[in-house]
Amino acid sequence: MAIGDFIRNSQVWKSIFRHPAPRDRRNRVVVMLTNVFLHLHPVSVRKSGIALSYTWCMGGITFFLFLVETVTGVLLMFYYRPTLEHAYNDILSLRDVLTLGILREMHRWGAHAMVITIWLHMYRVFLTGSYKPPREFNWGVGVILLVLTLLLSFTGYLLPWDQLAIWAITVGSNMARATPLLGYEGPGAKFLQIGGVELIHSGSDARFLLLGGRFVGETALLRFYVLHCVAIPLAVALLIAVHFWRVRKDGGISGAL
Amino acid sequence: MHSNHLSSSLQIGLGFYYVILAIMNFAFASYQSKILNKRQAGIWTTVACLFLVHAVANFMHLGWTLSDGIKQSVDAVMNPVSYFVMAVAGLTAFLYWRKFFTEPVVAWTILSAGLLFSGWAMTDATFRAIITKPDNVPIVMLIFSVGYTTWLAMRKAVINDARIAIGEAPLEKLEDDKVLVWPDLVYTELLAMVICTFILVVWSVVLKAPLEAPAASSKIPNPSKAPWYFLGLQEMLVYFDPWMAGVVLPTMIIVGLIALPYIDFNQKGNGYFTFVQRRFAITTFLLGFVVLWVVLIVLGTFLRGPNWNFFGLFEPWDPHKTVPLNNINLSDYVWLFGFGRSMESMGWFMRELPGIALVLAYLLLLPPLLAKTIMRSYFVKMGFIRFFLLVTLIQFMMALPIKMVLRWTINLKYIVFIPEAFFNI
Ligand code: HEM
Repeated sequence: MAIGDFIRNSQVWKSIFRHPAPRDRRNRVVVMLTNVFLHLHPVSVRKSGIALSYTWCMGGITFFLFLVETVTGVLLMFYYRPTLEHAYNDILSLRDVLTLGILREMHRWGAHAMVITIWLHMYRVFLTGSYKPPREFNWGVGVILLVLTLLLSFTGYLLPWDQLAIWAITVGSNMARATPLLGYEGPGAKFLQIGGVELIHSGSDARFLLLGGRFVGETALLRFYVLHCVAIPLAVALLIAVHFWRVRKDGGISGAL
Repeated sequence: MHSNHLSSSLQIGLGFYYVILAIMNFAFASYQSKILNKRQAGIWTTVACLFLVHAVANFMHLGWTLSDGIKQSVDAVMNPVSYFVMAVAGLTAFLYWRKFFTEPVVAWTILSAGLLFSGWAMTDATFRAIITKPDNVPIVMLIFSVGYTTWLAMRKAVINDARIAIGEAPLEKLEDDKVLVWPDLVYTELLAMVICTFILVVWSVVLKAPLEAPAASSKIPNPSKAPWYFLGLQEMLVYFDPWMAGVVLPTMIIVGLIALPYIDFNQKGNGYFTFVQRRFAITTFLLGFVVLWVVLIVLGTFLRGPNWNFFGLFEPWDPHKTVPLNNINLSDYVWLFGFGRSMESMGWFMRELPGIALVLAYLLLLPPLLAKTIMRSYFVKMGFIRFFLLVTLIQFMMALPIKMVLRWTINLKYIVFIPEAFFNI
């Protein structure tokens, strides 16, 4: 144990951990307060609130999967170029050339799993009535997170640029064409005209905005790529911060009063 | 290849599957004998042995397959109507007889029967092809996890409700004391992360992510399906035009979810599982989430094939299957059949007046009517805004089942049909 003691007494160690190991009550409290990551948690929690049969661990697992997606996603970005010329082949070589290549698998199955766990998390929060005062607002934050998570999944679906991808996205984005007023096949869009000039046509409607074109092509690939890799993840990260902050400020995980 | 031929690796795989089921049932039997329930212990030991027999048969390559008679009768009773009606009936029965269904033994029986059926079903080539498609694996997980969590939540609710009825606090209250996050929570989190990583890595090694032929805008696959989590919405396209199924109804789902905490005025049931104290809220949510979302996703994934036609579990996806479409608009019913008048010379407004009146009555007259009659007590407690928001949201949710029933019973296509303005309901 001499080496262990030597390390723990060194200036380097002490500069990182400002207090002894969390073996007694005092240090277990201090560790939660001095570590920025642990500080996401309160120091103590209601026992019922952390029971596996109560939260099903689903919020936490959703968060964990988000982190997994971030790490594997960044690694995937090293290999993938969002152009018609390269996209499909880059995915192919990910499978055929890369040693121990399960990167794409981890990313894809992790994303599927995250959709399931976020639903189960919402389901649990509903069934325990945890959206009731004072947690109404955090439930709303959660709903936005849910929508963003589905959009993350949806935008990522296009990137492999295979048959599965473009047709699934075509089916999905065709809906935008039918947006009331804003889609050129949507109710009411016909009435939006100035002096006989239609404002909403296939080159100016909601679907065009989403795809950057009249069909799922290279501009759509670029838009989905940017949304998938930058815009939506940033928004999700921000909202998760708000979500966690509010879990604590609303009195911690809910419990019977 | 003929569907009756089972490959050796499939039979070995099934053999291991049944071994696992046998172990699960031996474990359950030993649990039963531990709580001194001799009869149950006996039953589940027998069941475990039955699974062992299955395992041996498969290891010995006896080639047991599901008989064509059973497959055909399953397919014969399956169609969109029976599927949906059974889902609703199942949910109703589950809620009504919740004390019975939340007994561990009952749940275990249902689980074992389901797993046994799945094992046999796997011997059918069509079923196997759909279930084992890599992208469909999450749906299998979804079915089991939603089933299990629903059961678990209701079990705790039943226990809590019984406690509350005799004046005791819910179970959650018993563990009201505080514990330190280090070690009680952080170790759980660490363990959860390790387990999740393990599962994800194994999953990724075993199943390759799919990659089909390169995208080609000329070759439209049939069926063209949206990603699985949107298949509930795609299923709605059978009954509604895209502007409803793809835009209005999803928007209402999001708005409704966000509004939910502000509508639900019931102070009880905050922070513990209960059913009795929140009957209305829970029933509505289960109908929306389990039946109108999850059940429709399962339908869209496994039972919708080429041309979005319905196919039974064992029915091969034949792209040439034709289903007669003889759907009729409400205006036809009223003018042609009701008054015997041709609609040729009518303007769209006159033609669609009955439908428009019906929709307006549904949206505008029904809420005040409910407020005056059966939902009076809600109206009084909730006040104007909350009440109308609640009723409107529920009306949008019920629009789908209402349209379904109208389609199945009187072949109704559109209630309002104004193609000139893309305004069809
Ligand atoms: C990226 C998505 C999400 C993440 C990472 C996340 C994470 C978490 C975590 C870790 C908790 C602590 C308790 C628990 O694990 O159950 C929590 C609580 C909560 N979440 Fe989420 N959540 C997400 C999405 C949602 C959604 C979709 C909803 C609802 C629509 C929601 C509503 C809530 C509420 C109301 C609480 C407080 C519950 C209580 O105090 O018992 N969250 N969330």
